Amino acid sequence: MTTYLIKNVSVLGGEPRDLLVRDGQLHEPSGPAADVTIDATGLVALPGLVDLHTHLREPGREDAETVETGSRAAALGGYTAVCAMANTDPVADTAGVVEQVYRLGQAAGLVDVQPIGAVTVGLKGETLAELGAMAESAAKVTMFSDDGFCVNDPRLMRRALEYVKAFGGVIAQHAEEHRLTEGAQVHEGVQSAKLGLTGWPAVAEEAIIARDVLLTEHVGSRLHVCHVSTAGSVEVLRHAKARGVNVTAEVTPHHLLLTDVRACTYDPVNKVNPPLRTQSDVDALRAALAEGIIDAVATDHAPHAAEDKECEWSRARPGMLGLETALSITMQVLGNDWETIAERMSRTPARIAGLSEHGHDPLPGNPASFTLVDPAARWTVDPEALASLSRNTPYAGMELPGRVVATFLRGEATVLDGKATR
Amino acid sequence: MPEMPGSEAPAVKEILSAADIARIVDRVAHQILEKTSGARDAVLLGIPTRGTPLARRLAGRIRAFEGTDVPQGVLDITLYRDDLRTRSARPVGPTSVPPGGIDGKRVILVDDVLFSGRTVRAALDALSDLGRPSHVQLAVLVDRGHRELPIRADYVGKNIPTSLSESVRVLFSETDGTDAVLLTGSTAK
Amino acid sequence: MKHLLSAADLDLDAATLVLDTATEMAAMASREVKKLPTLRGRTVVNLFYEDSTRTRISFETAAKRLSADVINFSAKGSSVEKGESLKDTALTLQAMGIDGVVIRHPASGAPNTLSQWVDGSILNAGDGTHEHPTQALLDAYTMRSRLGQLKGLRVAIVGDVLHSRVARSNVLLLRTLGAEVTLVGPPTLVPVGVEDWPATVSYDLDSVLPGTDAVMMLRVQRERMGQAYFPSAREYSRRYGLDNRRVKLLPEHAIIMHPGPMIRGMEIAPEVADSPRSTIVEQVANGVSVRMACLYLLLGGK
Repeated sequence: MTTYLIKNVSVLGGEPRDLLVRDGQLHEPSGPAADVTIDATGLVALPGLVDLHTHLREPGREDAETVETGSRAAALGGYTAVCAMANTDPVADTAGVVEQVYRLGQAAGLVDVQPIGAVTVGLKGETLAELGAMAESAAKVTMFSDDGFCVNDPRLMRRALEYVKAFGGVIAQHAEEHRLTEGAQVHEGVQSAKLGLTGWPAVAEEAIIARDVLLTEHVGSRLHVCHVSTAGSVEVLRHAKARGVNVTAEVTPHHLLLTDVRACTYDPVNKVNPPLRTQSDVDALRAALAEGIIDAVATDHAPHAAEDKECEWSRARPGMLGLETALSITMQVLGNDWETIAERMSRTPARIAGLSEHGHDPLPGNPASFTLVDPAARWTVDPEALASLSRNTPYAGMELPGRVVATFLRGEATVLDGKATR
Repeated sequence: MPEMPGSEAPAVKEILSAADIARIVDRVAHQILEKTSGARDAVLLGIPTRGTPLARRLAGRIRAFEGTDVPQGVLDITLYRDDLRTRSARPVGPTSVPPGGIDGKRVILVDDVLFSGRTVRAALDALSDLGRPSHVQLAVLVDRGHRELPIRADYVGKNIPTSLSESVRVLFSETDGTDAVLLTGSTAK
Repeated sequence: MKHLLSAADLDLDAATLVLDTATEMAAMASREVKKLPTLRGRTVVNLFYEDSTRTRISFETAAKRLSADVINFSAKGSSVEKGESLKDTALTLQAMGIDGVVIRHPASGAPNTLSQWVDGSILNAGDGTHEHPTQALLDAYTMRSRLGQLKGLRVAIVGDVLHSRVARSNVLLLRTLGAEVTLVGPPTLVPVGVEDWPATVSYDLDSVLPGTDAVMMLRVQRERMGQAYFPSAREYSRRYGLDNRRVKLLPEHAIIMHPGPMIRGMEIAPEVADSPRSTIVEQVANGVSVRMACLYLLLGGK
């Protein structure tokens, strides 16, 4: 196994030091000379990022993304682990499918791909999928989600929350009261009224979160809320956390940066679910992330083939790319606050997803899964230059701070000099 | 300071004064009376912008000389132009035909300057969509030459030989606050 | 002006130019020869993804009176029904070298989307629940010719504002032209976010009518009932329909407008629709003049 000497690296913004990567672990430099020396002057080492919310599209839509291309995009974004959402075709609602995704991830070898299992069979919200079988599979699923759809039926949601207690699982809810979002296209407010697009009201998200935190409290289980997008949701979460409810929440980079004004060109690259909200929502989400009411940044990386985006807004599929831009956007939002970035993008998501090998600071004695970032670099997003198979990034042409220079997964370089190693 | 060629504004020369214009309008009015047997069945249609006041003046002079009221109107030719694609869409002006119409009438088209003939060509097209005159004649204040179509005027106030790089500007008090015809030299390259 | 996608594309000068041009076009319509050579050699495609015979015929008449070549492309029975995407249709039109596209589409924003793939001018003939700018222009034209100037005119727009592209375009254009707009309808049919519109909102038609110079009745689709926007057609008609009693609340000079097609007895009583104060038929005729003006101003130049 190649050994690396990383010189003059600033771990989480600390004083420059040297680190030795050997046998999957980080060490104080000692012994024989390393095979490769990396001059990391000016670079910051962060624990490998962990994404709680990635759509890898395989199986089913390999034209939009595969486990391999998505893994590459993740590594280039500084990630060492991603949680793959269950809304594939076939749906990841059986041990067979989650194991397939898990093995594809291992074969790609660029990040750890941790499958998320569906809560209900076929994401239909009718009957529970075999959660226990998925938990016991090789993929060791602990997180379950019908993401893309909300587990609407309150009784079914209650049962799911109860059931996963047996194996320490967590239900990740896509909070959307579907009766309030029929035909919805954009956030309901000034822009939807102007554009004549059916509104997706904030309350449709907040009402489900409120219901679910109460259910979670009632049955003593654990809830994770996907892609929180409104100021009202933040208040519901604040209230629930104050009551001691075992709830965690994520926010996407796009909800931290973009607003519904983006819809005014009707360019479906800006169509996403939940929709882009208003500036006051963005402000509340940023504050909640800094404060910890929102626990994690998760990409909701949602690749779509060109024909699903180059069309009328209402026909377009919702979703945006996120893996290769998430760190830069979080840096733009939080500044170079490495401690908070590490907490929200690595340690906490690793804990939520039960990925014990991830989320450790890049220091001697810890697993060598980390990323090196050049905080001084600025880059302009070029959709064509992204590693994802799809091009639906809303950041095209934007100049962003921070560039991932290298990423290591258990001591193996997945990215060097800003390029994927395989 | 002496004017340097090719710099500043191009030279402007007054070719016709207000008094010249008044004399010319009188003469053309007389010619119309002569050639149309006292403006019988005549209708004056001015082509905007400056054909309109000229038609009105001719009608005024004819009334002064003979006491005859010649019906007059306005013929906007914008929608009939053959050069619409050369610049962004031009505003369309009103067309007004006098109450008696133009069918069977001697229509005299009136314009300030006759140049390529394309405006008159458009006016003839516009006219044929409005009705069927017995005759169509053309009266202009200035003929500056350079015809691109087989068109000639029946009444010409003044022939002014020009070069293509020059431009002729007719000013009327109704539209420009003063009466004059100006020849503007080319801005040298 | 390259495209007409929204009434907001028109500032006061541009909107006035359209209305003034429409006046000249209307004069043409009363002549024996109703045809102008203006757009000879230009090709206009009527791209209709929604059935709307009235609007299509209006645009077709307008284009033909200007001597444009007109190609009617309706989604029914065409490649669209076989699943061709808007983009592929656009590329086909682009390859044919068309000069203008008149598009009617059930998706809000489809004309904007189309405009990125086609070099010709795009004219929005109604997109989803977004806008219908030529309808607003013909409404403004009708008001101007009946009531004189638009500045200070008090216009009430009544009915399903939420789903109305006519309302959206009218609010924008009338504000540009200096009129004061009041939107009237049940709260369920007034959009969230309306507070940003340059208009006032009322839920009480009776109180609005006495201070109104023009009342515009919007079409209410019966299927809205199933979506709980209002309890029944009868209740809607009672609260927001324009019947004889309500007409008496209007000032003497006020006019009654409807973009059509109307549901007699629901939003408007038959005798009201047929009264001399109603401009419904006139609106249709004005539609051709206004669309001629728009086509000329979009396609008549470079």
